Amino acid sequence: MYTFSNKLKTFSIILMVLGFLGVGYGFMTSHKSLDEVKIILAEEHGGSHAEEDTNNVIAVDSSTEAQKADEHAKHVQHQIENRPWAALYVAAFFFMMIALGVLAFYGIQRASQAGWSPVLFRVMEGITAYLLPGALIVLAIAVASGTIGHYNLFVWMDPDVVANDKIIQNKSGFLNITGFIIRGLIFITGWSLYRYFARKFSIAQDTAEDNKNFKKAFRISAAFLVFYIYTESMMSWDWIMSVDPHWFSTLFGWYVFASMIVSGITVIALLAIFLKAKGYLEFVNDSHLHDLAKYMFGFSIFWTYLWFSQFMLIWYANIPEEVTYFVTRIEDFNLPFFGMLILNFVFPFLLLMNSDFKRVPWFIVLTGIVVLLGHYIDIFVMIMPATVGDRWFIGIPEISSVLFFAGLFLFIIFTALTKAPLLAKGNPFIKESENFHY
Amino acid sequence: MESSKVIQAIYNDDDVLMAAVKKVKAEKHHIEEIYTPFPVHGLDKAMGLAPTRLAIASFIYGCIGLIIAVLMMNYMMISDWPQNIGGKPSFSYIENMPAFVPIMFELTVFFAAHLMVITFYLRSRMWPFKKAENPDPRTTDDHFLMELAVHGNEKELENLLKETGAVEINIVDKEAH
Repeated sequence: MYTFSNKLKTFSIILMVLGFLGVGYGFMTSHKSLDEVKIILAEEHGGSHAEEDTNNVIAVDSSTEAQKADEHAKHVQHQIENRPWAALYVAAFFFMMIALGVLAFYGIQRASQAGWSPVLFRVMEGITAYLLPGALIVLAIAVASGTIGHYNLFVWMDPDVVANDKIIQNKSGFLNITGFIIRGLIFITGWSLYRYFARKFSIAQDTAEDNKNFKKAFRISAAFLVFYIYTESMMSWDWIMSVDPHWFSTLFGWYVFASMIVSGITVIALLAIFLKAKGYLEFVNDSHLHDLAKYMFGFSIFWTYLWFSQFMLIWYANIPEEVTYFVTRIEDFNLPFFGMLILNFVFPFLLLMNSDFKRVPWFIVLTGIVVLLGHYIDIFVMIMPATVGDRWFIGIPEISSVLFFAGLFLFIIFTALTKAPLLAKGNPFIKESENFHY
Repeated sequence: MESSKVIQAIYNDDDVLMAAVKKVKAEKHHIEEIYTPFPVHGLDKAMGLAPTRLAIASFIYGCIGLIIAVLMMNYMMISDWPQNIGGKPSFSYIENMPAFVPIMFELTVFFAAHLMVITFYLRSRMWPFKKAENPDPRTTDDHFLMELAVHGNEKELENLLKETGAVEINIVDKEAH
């Protein structure tokens, strides 16, 4: 049995408190009056530019110019207001996505009756414990932004915007808050039910005489995977793609899935290495790590493949309504947008290519941290352009949000790990898994 | 041509063969070659063969393929006869790169795969019109053959191999290759 050390517990609570304070600070400082925004804008332009502006004012009718400036300032004011919301949402989604990715990976192991992985089942079950609270928080933030907030994430939640937008009006049969909440609750209920019963059967199997629980877990896993691939795809439209309600991509669900599964597997590997170093997982050998690292390597390439497939078709076709998505990203988010290709593709590709390196724990940890950072940026670049535009920065609101959810994530998964023995000893494949070697 | 004497032990089970290899290695004899009808997992390690460098060769071939793809397309599409690719800016490789990525990928894979296979055949001494080295046709069906060099210790080797469960032991003069 694993015991949640006090040191780690304190650490996760400190992360949460620090994060909470930072998030609070972010929200408190995000409200700027229109005049303050104008001062910020004037400071940004400044110098010789201001002189040019005054020349223009003389040339053009001064009242429309002032109106335009007002509109621009209002727009920027809204973007500044959105930043803490978006920062919180990106971090909440990122940690929820890890748990959901692990649940999908776990479902695949169960449904395929894999022989190598049962020694890691309890680690995976620990991580998936975060899914229910994590997903509810994501949904709550999304709904709150459109109800108590000022439409800070999803413009289609704003009735004023919809009234003047034919495209969103046509989509409002799908994109409306009631539908959004109902769909979200269906997704979360389905995932959590699977997680609850799979965990229950897994623990019951430990002391069972026959394989009845194992078979039941197999059956619900197969059903879950079908449910998952539909709901994951719809979830990615709802929770991510709809921040840009005019834009759509048909492989978006797969793209988010790739990010999800590679982050999930990375966290399984990191947690397994951590627990093994603490002496809790002596039955996990370096062949298991080797397999996890192979998946990290493979899914990193898979992610790149989907990233490129989405990018190239839109770049090639160059249809205005599609290509604006990448224009914003290339112009305003150049460094994170292309930088994440290095973190998510080049780095794991070169580091994990050699077979021997996949068995070296510190190599996996190093690559894993880079991959997680890269996929955080991936989510960041999905949400931020639509919410804060070029007013983005990775500062106090973003880092605090990550700290807060990291603390919560650690607290929940380590608490879940203490609830059951770390070896699923009743699994019929456990002997094969323990003796697994490459 | 110089001829050398070898002892050939034939086994009919891969597990027996593995045990035999370990025993022969433990007695510090050098195993010349083993002929098997299928790859036996872990045999290379048991024989003490150096790890393969095929992966490194394959990586280098892939890099060559990537470079060739880049140079080739830069010559064809940018410098020799500039192409207007869907209204994209011409005269620049980097700005047209997304269109070239599939070819860069394909040629990397093509070079890595084909040259690796050819390297593997050559390294295994299998080139066209080569006479088979296989000493016994049964090793292509259901038997395993272990070959050891004899340096005047025939009796000792024969006893050792018999102990390991060989079903047949032959001493043959072999032309050096």
